[in-house]
Amino acid sequence: MADTNAKTRTLATLVTAMRGRNRLHWTDVFSYTYLLFGVLLMFGPVLWLVMSSFKTPAGLIEFPPTFLPLGQIEVPVEGYEKPLLLYDVTMEDGTTKQLAQVRRIGIISQMVDPENPDEKFKIPIDQRTKVREFRMAFENYRDPLERFNFVLFLKNSVVVTVVATLVTLLINSMAAYGLSIYEFRGRNAILLFVIGTLMIPITVILVPVYLVVTQMGMINSLWAVILPGAATPTGVFLLRQYMLTIPKDLIEAARMDNASEWAIYSKVVLPLAMPAIAVLAIFSIMWRWNEFLWPLIVLNRSEVYTLQVGLNAFQGELDVQWHYILAMTVVTLIPVVIAFTFLQKFITTGIASSGMK
Amino acid sequence: MAGNTDKPAGFSARLAAIASWPVAQVFRLLEYPLAVIQRRVGIKRMPWIFLLPNLAFFGIFVVTPLFINFAFSFTGGTELFLGNRVYTGTEQYGFLLECETFGDPITCREDRFWKGLYNTATFIFFQVTFLVLFSLITALILNREIRGRGFFRAVFFFPVLLSPVVVALIWKWVLLRDGLLNAFLVSIGLDKVLFFVSPEWSMFWAVFVSIWAHMGFYTLILLAGLQAIQPDLYEAAEMDGTSKERVFWRITLPLLWPNLLVVVVLALIKGVQIFDEVFVLTGGGPGTATQFIVQYIYNTGFTEQVQNFGLASAASVILGVILFVLTMIQLAATRVRDNG
Repeated sequence: MADTNAKTRTLATLVTAMRGRNRLHWTDVFSYTYLLFGVLLMFGPVLWLVMSSFKTPAGLIEFPPTFLPLGQIEVPVEGYEKPLLLYDVTMEDGTTKQLAQVRRIGIISQMVDPENPDEKFKIPIDQRTKVREFRMAFENYRDPLERFNFVLFLKNSVVVTVVATLVTLLINSMAAYGLSIYEFRGRNAILLFVIGTLMIPITVILVPVYLVVTQMGMINSLWAVILPGAATPTGVFLLRQYMLTIPKDLIEAARMDNASEWAIYSKVVLPLAMPAIAVLAIFSIMWRWNEFLWPLIVLNRSEVYTLQVGLNAFQGELDVQWHYILAMTVVTLIPVVIAFTFLQKFITTGIASSGMK
Repeated sequence: MAGNTDKPAGFSARLAAIASWPVAQVFRLLEYPLAVIQRRVGIKRMPWIFLLPNLAFFGIFVVTPLFINFAFSFTGGTELFLGNRVYTGTEQYGFLLECETFGDPITCREDRFWKGLYNTATFIFFQVTFLVLFSLITALILNREIRGRGFFRAVFFFPVLLSPVVVALIWKWVLLRDGLLNAFLVSIGLDKVLFFVSPEWSMFWAVFVSIWAHMGFYTLILLAGLQAIQPDLYEAAEMDGTSKERVFWRITLPLLWPNLLVVVVLALIKGVQIFDEVFVLTGGGPGTATQFIVQYIYNTGFTEQVQNFGLASAASVILGVILFVLTMIQLAATRVRDNG
């Protein structure tokens, strides 16, 4: 339907364009300007994050910042244990030379010529500029993976996302099946009840859910994150609307063949409802991967942190290690980017048709 | 969405088929016990069996907490278990709602709560206004015949999928003292601005960043609304030589109006519950300049030395009432849209 609309419209524009009536309207100029500015504003910060995540700590505090990750070249000099930093230096006679810095005292830098280590120079620091090369600091990615609990956070997030999505799909599809295939007394009451719970976001019942979770002994366990949000009214609705379109004859035919209700649900209705199930699966994965406030409340020990809570804890530390945080943020981004690349049309169609996210 | 739903559906169906293999085994295992249950209760009662797990979850994690929340809000002390708590009547509400003048949060006994309310009101006023405005402009532009429409649509949409923590960190990195934006300001001859030290700038960026993150979602809904408008109407208008401006005011806007209404209320409901991205971006600061209701509840109930569950519950009930009213409006708006 929407497809044919788009086609006729394209055709109409094509026809008018050929007649030369489609002159450049001010709105065309505005549109393209707006879109280009939009690309800059939406992509720019993310690109900046990715570029920055490859910079060394020294590169990160540089002001004004460089776009590409650059590292200062270090050269080994005879007579010195560690490699020394290389600078372009303007000498007093106006010539330029590449010198290595031994130490810096105030505004004076003590330097040597790497070619001729015996000759020492005293250079005011404003007379020198760093010699840099393009270098990506992969250690920003490697260190957190090796040294911190980052891998643990990653694992926790994956466990929460996968288990929660499976539970969500199972119990919500069962409920949707019960509410769409059968006519029974009390069905409308249940539907009304589900609509009612739709209006109660977790932000309104933080304290009592915390109490329930504590009573069940789930504090600081991943179950505390997985279970409370598993029954989603939106999920029930999405699946029920879809299952209502499944022809009743199919179900009757299966019953004639003596199929049990469970078999009809799992072998007839579920496969037919796959498109709706997939939409709910994508939503659920998105919700769980990104969830923040509730895990923040129930997970208080760093072994059980999810990625989001872990990232927040890192950025809140007194001594913020931005080079690690940026790299970890990029890692957190990656699954989303992959999902988006492959499923973009599907996700957007799901959102547009259900009006939820 | 201009068609093409078949291909991705087919793709993810295949993906889902692979992912659901272990699930299929679980289903097979459950088949026998469920058949036994069916024989015992009869086919008439089977829907209840299917509803049971879901209703149990709703009961335990939504309905019971809702009632406990009310009960909590009438108690005091620091005990978590309801039975051990002291009944205090409406004391918590009295504490929250006591103000000399309601126009000024500082004159209230619990000034942080009122500051949170006022901040939230300020936030949603600007956020919802500009969110809807920019979503509308973007949707209108993306609905035109432009080159690379799919690409541009993706550009505006992708932040919707990012986690609030990631969104906040992306922007925090741009806005820091030696960040990209300050480098730009210096390069055009202005001074550096310490954005997170200034209350006004902090609020500005809280609004800006949340619009940046959520705009794609509302754009998508409005775009779907725009594409549902019959093209015949536009063609007829073109035949009559109606100007584009007139077409917008007389055809597009009136027909999009119901969708716009739904979007506004939806944005309000989300806006009232703002927490995640702003909490990571500004931490509610400087001072309490960007502290909102949800953060007040979070701080009062979970981060203070003395966890004041009663006060947090009372504040939750007030937030719940606000959301209930907004949701009623939303249902009415949706009815207007769907019944034309």
